[in-house]
Amino acid sequence: MLKIEDLHVNVGDKKILQGINLEVKPGEVHAMMGPNGSGKSTLANVLSGRDGYEIVKGKISYLKENLLELEPEVRACKGLFLAFQYPVEIPGVSGMNFLRTTLNSIKKYRKQKELDGVNFLKLLRKKAKILKIDEKLIKRSVNTGFSGGEKKRSEILQMSLLEPKLAILDETDSGLDIDALKIVANGVNKLKNKNRSFLIITHYQRLLNHIVPDKVHILSKGRIIKSGDKNLAIELEKKGYEGLV
Amino acid sequence: MSIDVETKKTVKSITEKYKYGFTTDIGSDKAPKGLNEDIVKLISAKKKEPKWLLDWRLKAFKAWKKMEEPNWSMVKFPKINYQDAYYYSVPKPKKKLKSLNEVDPAILSTYEKLGIPLEEQKRLTGVAVDYVFDSTSVATTFKDQLAKLGIIFCSFSEGVQSHPELIKKYLGSVIPYTDNFFATLNSAVFSDGTFVYIPSGVKCPMELSTYFRINAENTGQFERTLIIAEKDSYVSYLEGCTAPMRDENQLHAACVELITFDNAEIKYSTVQNWYPGDENGKGGIYNFVTKRGICRGNNSKISWTQVETGSAITWKYPSCILLGDNSIGKFYSVAITNNFQQADTGTKMIHIGKNTKSTIISKGISTGKGQNTYRGLVRMGPKATNGRNFTQCDSLLIGDKCGAHTVPYIEVKNQSAKVEHEATTSKISDDQMFYCRQRGLDQENAVSLIVNGFCKEVLRELPMEFAVEAQKLLGISLEGSVG
Repeated sequence: MLKIEDLHVNVGDKKILQGINLEVKPGEVHAMMGPNGSGKSTLANVLSGRDGYEIVKGKISYLKENLLELEPEVRACKGLFLAFQYPVEIPGVSGMNFLRTTLNSIKKYRKQKELDGVNFLKLLRKKAKILKIDEKLIKRSVNTGFSGGEKKRSEILQMSLLEPKLAILDETDSGLDIDALKIVANGVNKLKNKNRSFLIITHYQRLLNHIVPDKVHILSKGRIIKSGDKNLAIELEKKGYEGLV
Repeated sequence: MSIDVETKKTVKSITEKYKYGFTTDIGSDKAPKGLNEDIVKLISAKKKEPKWLLDWRLKAFKAWKKMEEPNWSMVKFPKINYQDAYYYSVPKPKKKLKSLNEVDPAILSTYEKLGIPLEEQKRLTGVAVDYVFDSTSVATTFKDQLAKLGIIFCSFSEGVQSHPELIKKYLGSVIPYTDNFFATLNSAVFSDGTFVYIPSGVKCPMELSTYFRINAENTGQFERTLIIAEKDSYVSYLEGCTAPMRDENQLHAACVELITFDNAEIKYSTVQNWYPGDENGKGGIYNFVTKRGICRGNNSKISWTQVETGSAITWKYPSCILLGDNSIGKFYSVAITNNFQQADTGTKMIHIGKNTKSTIISKGISTGKGQNTYRGLVRMGPKATNGRNFTQCDSLLIGDKCGAHTVPYIEVKNQSAKVEHEATTSKISDDQMFYCRQRGLDQENAVSLIVNGFCKEVLRELPMEFAVEAQKLLGISLEGSVG
């Protein structure tokens, strides 16, 4: 699914990622943990194709293609989804319209049949029900005036609708109360299947009480310093980053 | 070649070919170039007009000769040689048409290319269409149905023949022939247009719609529209334009007059998509339009909704004179300028009667080297007790070579009147773009989506099928604005 080899990334003169190696296989759930400034969000941004990052060295292959050559929208169409840490507001564009436009754009790319309004609404209702997300959320303008929790829930709903192959969750759990956290975790668990992979970026172990990862990695100063199974996250919770670094 | 470069190339090739750029080859019957009294007389004679109308035209022409082109707006353009244009052209005269099958197939195919489903589709959707092809109406539908309700919906020339008393009474009553340079020119040489009359107590059951189209080269387009809504009546009128590719600038100076009596309402919607010129600023329509409505009756209402995406130059200020007590004026506008387009547009809300209300929502979008100006006047007269205005004026900039300007004028002569003005200027942020792209939208579609959101308050004022067309147009107009 995803293979990162010796990835070095700079922002301006600053070295952020300094030799990341990671392989995510179909169906796997990976957790990427690390303190502030360790390069977690940079990794998410580089994977999704955001501007402003200089790839100094290294390779990323996604579904056997060179990911770094693809435009962000092409990555999205090929099934790479990023749940944003800070979802941006788009005033005036209803969530409904936004979701249908994006879903159909992806379907068009994949040469699948686009959904008309009626069928889209049916699908949306189904997904919202499974995730226990109030569909009123979608009728409002995209993220506009949403609380932190509402924004994250909306990201999860988008994820479930777009059915990605690789979903990257960038600190989706931060700032969530326990109920919202459960909705997010529930969303991921419902979507888990043998062909779909997750890369969950988080500060805290608490999300991992609800989503059981296959692998846990600890990122520090731009390098993965330790990898292990779910027990690594528990160990980290006890000792703190200081204790492991 | 990276995908980025490829995208840019594709976008460029699209913008080079104006989507609606094509001409229909039907021989036109033109008056000689230039403008003088004889041309005015010729136009009037061709239309078999009564003497009072010829006299009115001649008075206007006399006044026009003494007037100067206005220069107070933000738009800049080379001097127009008014003697170097044709002032009259008509598709070759045909025998009287009984059915649409008799219409020149070339004309019908033009509309087809525009994606305008002629007749049958329109009939099914309940829209009566009065097509203005160049300067003469070629087909009018639904007239019988409308006639049963006493509604008159016909070309202006036809109106002059069939209802001269109405035209004589109201023509120039909102926009006098001395009003301004372009309106006066129009008064002298107007070729055709639309006449609508809604009798007392009648709610027009369908949207009335006219598609305008400039077709003959070097032909100025001088449309004249007059809509009268008697007491307790209602009508919604749609005007849409697309024009073929031209290298030379074309002058368009239309006049629209609206009149509402007690409790009557006119809703006037426009999608303006004249040829905007190419990406180097060559060609394009000069669109100098005078649109004005008067709420003569108490509790009457006029609303203007416009989506302005075309023309090299747009100069128009659809206005409302709120004479009747409790009358309401509304203005909703989206104006896009791309490449070298210039728009100076806005409205005038003249509050005269008591408890009159007006709302102005203006959305200006500039990209490329486009310049977009909102210019608006809100005047509360001495008798406009409790007059109320709310103005919201938002500008969106895409790129760093475009401009947005806001020029509001507010005059208040009554202590009890309230006037509010809000204005914002914003840019599409990189974060918004990236968010959309991460969800699978390419840059063009992302901009189009964000812009449609920005314009939502205006677009939702448009009748349904028009709104869809307008959204598509916004997308087309913004092609090449990013990347």
